[in-house]
Amino acid sequence: GPLSERPLMQVRLGELHTWISTCDFSPQGLLGAAQKAWNSYYAKYINVRRGGHTGISMLLAGYCLLSYSWNYQHFKRHRWRKYH
Amino acid sequence: MNLSFFDQFMSPSLLGIPLILISMLFPTLLYPSPNSRWITNRLLTLQSWFLHLITKQLMTPLTKKGHKWALILSSLMIFLLTINLLGLLPYTFTPTTQLSMNLALAFPLWLATLLTGLRNQPSASLGHLLPEGTPTPLIPALILIETTSLLIRPLALGVRLTANLTAGHLLIQLISTATTVLLPIMPAVSLLTLSILLLLTILEVAVAMIQAYVFVLLLSLYLQENI
Repeated sequence: GPLSERPLMQVRLGELHTWISTCDFSPQGLLGAAQKAWNSYYAKYINVRRGGHTGISMLLAGYCLLSYSWNYQHFKRHRWRKYH
Repeated sequence: MNLSFFDQFMSPSLLGIPLILISMLFPTLLYPSPNSRWITNRLLTLQSWFLHLITKQLMTPLTKKGHKWALILSSLMIFLLTINLLGLLPYTFTPTTQLSMNLALAFPLWLATLLTGLRNQPSASLGHLLPEGTPTPLIPALILIETTSLLIRPLALGVRLTANLTAGHLLIQLISTATTVLLPIMPAVSLLTLSILLLLTILEVAVAMIQAYVFVLLLSLYLQENI
């Protein structure tokens, strides 16, 4: 179909910048994109017939990674510090 | 020497944007809202079971009028429980280590119970200030003491939660620092410290759950006296 309506996984690398230019970057647009992303994650990993710990564990691991990246500036100096 | 052990309790910000809101809103992602199916997915089933359990526990001692508080007490319980447990993951930030947040939760809810009691049954509420069977000469002193203990309740609620969580996190950081520093020097002692760290982590998981439960339980007790 037309470029703007295709989901991200079906856009080829060369067309990526054109696809981004068709994106809606208003607050409602971003919120809608976040909602769609969450719904697809939920439908794929959590809302399944015999789901296990996978869905939640991936969320928590992602949260840990995110917190690491937010605090990186602070503890990048910890390795060679004399006193902690 | 900087006291960098306390840096983990600084409110996180990225380029000046406070991130504490994200760490407070993240628990909502972990509890999806029920859909209209009869048999839902496993996460929703677990969530409903748990919610029923705590609501029943909290609401059993309350009269019918107190059941209006079911939503706020059970959501407060889930909120505190999730935030406390999430804080035990590496590199995460625990909003409940901030005294401002815990006092902001404790003070209005305690005040609400107090005002409910004073409005609906003023003499019964004031009657709690004097336990039955006190000797007459002791009455003035005891009323002062009971009033003080009544007024100190929100402070106690907030500080109890803050102090327990902050102390736990600080202990974990101290003992893990000791373990890593001792590893090249005395591996045997480092192993001992590691076993202490494992036991401490189990304790912290328990403390996280118990503190959330105690907070909400005490609020429901204050409500029971006043409703």
